[in-house]
Amino acid sequence: MPPKPTPSQTIGPFPHDALLAEDRSELVPPDHPQAIRIEGKVYDGAGEPVPDAMVEIWQANRAGRYNDPEDDPEDLPLDDSFSGFGRSGTVEGGRFSFVTIKPGSVPGPGGRPQAPHIMVSIFARGLLKRVVTRIYFPNEGEANAQDPVLSSIEDPELRQTLIARDEGEGVLRLDIHLQGDDQTAFFEFAD
Amino acid sequence: MTQQARRGNTGYRRDDADIHPPYLYPDYVSTRLRAPKKPLIKLPKTLSDTTGLAYGRDPIGELDNDLTRQHAGEPLGERIIVTGRVTDGDGRPVRNSLLEIWQANAAGRYTHQNDRHPAPLDPNFSGAGRCLTDDEGRYRFVTVKPGAYPWKNHDNAWRPAHIHLSLFGSAFRSRLITQMYFPGDPLFYQDPIFQSVRDGEAQQRLISTFDLETTEPEWALGYRFDIVLEGRDATPMEDH
Repeated sequence: MPPKPTPSQTIGPFPHDALLAEDRSELVPPDHPQAIRIEGKVYDGAGEPVPDAMVEIWQANRAGRYNDPEDDPEDLPLDDSFSGFGRSGTVEGGRFSFVTIKPGSVPGPGGRPQAPHIMVSIFARGLLKRVVTRIYFPNEGEANAQDPVLSSIEDPELRQTLIARDEGEGVLRLDIHLQGDDQTAFFEFAD
Repeated sequence: MTQQARRGNTGYRRDDADIHPPYLYPDYVSTRLRAPKKPLIKLPKTLSDTTGLAYGRDPIGELDNDLTRQHAGEPLGERIIVTGRVTDGDGRPVRNSLLEIWQANAAGRYTHQNDRHPAPLDPNFSGAGRCLTDDEGRYRFVTVKPGAYPWKNHDNAWRPAHIHLSLFGSAFRSRLITQMYFPGDPLFYQDPIFQSVRDGEAQQRLISTFDLETTEPEWALGYRFDIVLEGRDATPMEDH
C-alpha cells in the first residue's frame, strides 16, 4: 500500500530566522528592463493586517516556461538566471512585495492556454495548512476571460479577487483576504 | 461518511479530512479569524503546479545541517540526531530537495524578538538549519532537543516539543510545512495544533521514533522521521 502523506502543521509565529533571513523577494534585479513590482497586504477576517505570514510565488518565465525539467518544450527558451521562485514576509503591517517579470502563457488542461498567472502559497500562524491562490494580470481581458481556471469560478466578485490592479509605473497590487465577505479565492488541487 | 468508513477505503486517498487538518479548528484560537470559509476552487492539474522550485541548486553550507556548530561554543541541551527519508505518494525518493528546519532551544525559547517566554536564550543556538535530501531522499540534522513552551491559546497551554520542517518536494503541489514531535510527549492531548489532525493514524505520522541505529554511542540520541509528500508522481488508487 502506498505511504500516506505527512499531515501539514502551521508555520507558527517564528519562521523568520530559518525562512526569511535571506531576501528572496527579488526574482529579477529592480533595474531589469521588464521588472514589475507586485505588492499587497494580507488581511484576516477582522480586516486586520497579518504581520506574521509568509507569501511564496512560483511562475514561468517571459516565454511561458517553468524552470523545471518537467517543463521542457523545445521551442521555448529557458533563462537559467530566472528561478521563478520568490518568498516574502509580511512583517511591515501585513505587506508583501516581489520584484519579478510578467510570465508568459502556459498550457492548461487539454492544451488550452492559460492566461499569464503566478502561483501563490500563503503560510501563517493560524493557518494549519497553506492557502493556495493565483495572481492574474490586468489588461489581459481576453486571455483572462478564456482562462480555464478563472472561468471555472462562477461568482464574478470571487473571480475578481485574483486579478491584480495596475497602480502605474510597473506596480501591480493584489491584497489577500484570508476570510470575510471579500475573501480571496483559494484553491484545492484536483487529481 | 464516518471516519471508520473513510479508513475502510484502503489505498491512497487525497482526502484532506484523513490527512491534513481543517482550516478552521476553533480550539486553535488563531484559526478563527484566519481560516478561509468560502468553498475552495478545484484547481486542475497543469504545469503551473506539477512543476516546482529547483531550489536544490542553491549552495548549502557544509554545517547548515548541524545546529550545534553554528557558534563559538556548543548549545546547552540534549544533543540529538534527526534523520529520515522523504518520499512521494508512490514511495519514490524525493531527491536533491531542500529541507529547512527551525525550533526553540532546549529551554523552550525561540531567538525571535517576539518570543516573550521568560526562558533563557542560548548564545550558542540559533535554531535554524537546512539541508538537501540525497539520492535516496535521506536527510540528517544534528541539533538539541527543543523544550516545551507555554503559549496563550488557552489557560495553561503548552506546546509539545517540536521541530518545524519546510519541504519543497518536486512540484508546487508537494510543498509542505509541518512539525515533527517526539514520542511519548505528555502534552499532545491538550495541544490543539497536534489535535487538529483528527485521524489517529495521521497524528502518528507527525511523531518521530527513537532509533537506536541512528543513535551514536556516547554522543547523541537518534530520532527517525520519514516524510511523505504529495507530488507529481503520486498516482491515487481507485476508490472501491
